[in-house]
Amino acid sequence: MKQGAHPLSELLKHLDAWGRAALPATATALAMILAAAPVGLPSAVPALLLCCLFFWSVFRPAALPPPLCGLLGLLQDLLVFAPVGTGVLIALLMQGAALRLRRVLARQAFWTVWLAFAAFALAATLLGHGLQAVLTWRLPQAAAAVVQLLLAIGFYPPVAALLTRLHRSMQRAEDLA
Amino acid sequence: MIRLSIPLRQALSRLSLPVLIAAALGIMLLGKADTAMVERGRMALADTLAPVYGLITEPVSAVRGLLSELAEWRDLRAENARLRDENARLHRWQAAALSLGSENALLRRQLGFLPEAPASFHTARVVADAGGTYARAVLLAVPPDVPLRKGQVALDERGLAGRVTEVGSRSARVLLVTDMNSRIPVVLERSRARAMLAGTNGRLPRLEHYPADAPPQEGERVVTSAEAGVFPAGLPVGVVRRGANGTPEVELFARLDRLDMLRIFEFGLSGILPPEAVARPEPRARR
Repeated sequence: MKQGAHPLSELLKHLDAWGRAALPATATALAMILAAAPVGLPSAVPALLLCCLFFWSVFRPAALPPPLCGLLGLLQDLLVFAPVGTGVLIALLMQGAALRLRRVLARQAFWTVWLAFAAFALAATLLGHGLQAVLTWRLPQAAAAVVQLLLAIGFYPPVAALLTRLHRSMQRAEDLA
Repeated sequence: MIRLSIPLRQALSRLSLPVLIAAALGIMLLGKADTAMVERGRMALADTLAPVYGLITEPVSAVRGLLSELAEWRDLRAENARLRDENARLHRWQAAALSLGSENALLRRQLGFLPEAPASFHTARVVADAGGTYARAVLLAVPPDVPLRKGQVALDERGLAGRVTEVGSRSARVLLVTDMNSRIPVVLERSRARAMLAGTNGRLPRLEHYPADAPPQEGERVVTSAEAGVFPAGLPVGVVRRGANGTPEVELFARLDRLDMLRIFEFGLSGILPPEAVARPEPRARR
């Protein structure tokens, strides 16, 4: 009996760890897909991706390894009909920058982190705008970029609150395991 | 899982980001070079997600419907009041119409008025903006058993459109009132002054030959005149507008730029001058 229980609990533990590891990326992808539904706001998809990416990169860098991050960027490109590859590049650059700064940012108060995120979002939006202009050889509307930036900045506090709770519960589960 | 030495793993993880960024640039170039492939990928994703979105939109549209219904409920009071007002106003109009109708009947009795025969009409579909001799003419498709005749009057659902000028076995041509060759005797409804409505090939035909002491007023209704026995009196034509240099023009009721059906009326008038025949108009037939 005891010999049979041991592999099973081992398997469950593995499954648990796998689920935890897959949760951030899956949840982000799901949120993006839901945001792309034709009932809600347009251009909320890049804003959501930015929020999630920034949060996980700063507070739990193992949750979103660069390949997954690139895949999420590709998903964004396909969902929002942007020139393919721009989302991938922006996501990767954002993650790289956030990983560089995470040791400073993780210890700051929420307001500081939000401000830093706003700067990140501005940079990402400008980069996206520029890339789109270069790749389509046409100047895209500035209003769309502004809306996307404002959405990202506005989305960050609720997203961060939600993800903080998720992060805490995941930490608790890891401590128990 | 392959065991790697720690320095090697660190080096690999440090390398992964630049490699991925290079890959992103590659994807960008690829997407620029092969748009069809990107489009296929996009549509595959959209096809997969479409049922999901369908599921999401159900409750959302339900909520939206509920909200709009609530808004309707809120506006019910105001709408009711408005409808009551309108009803009262229409009642007054109805009373006026009834009294006018009875007065009219009374006067007709006293005058020994002979009522005109009710006009019969056929409806025909406009199949082409025919060019030909006239710049503003349309071609009608007519069933073979419909007896059309030159000189019959064509109206759309709002007002006078033109006159039948040529009749074939399955088609007929209608010269529109905007054509340069069209001259229609009209009456200005307020002053009862006679005038001619002359087409210009433009959108608005001009009024000509109106009496000098009764110039057409802006906004005055223009109806056909029974003079010359071509049209019955009182068909609605349009409203007077002052043109750019003060010439009186007529904004037609009929929408000649988007004709799809025309009613061809037989008023039993034979005073028509066929456009190609040089003949005097016959005296109006007595009925």
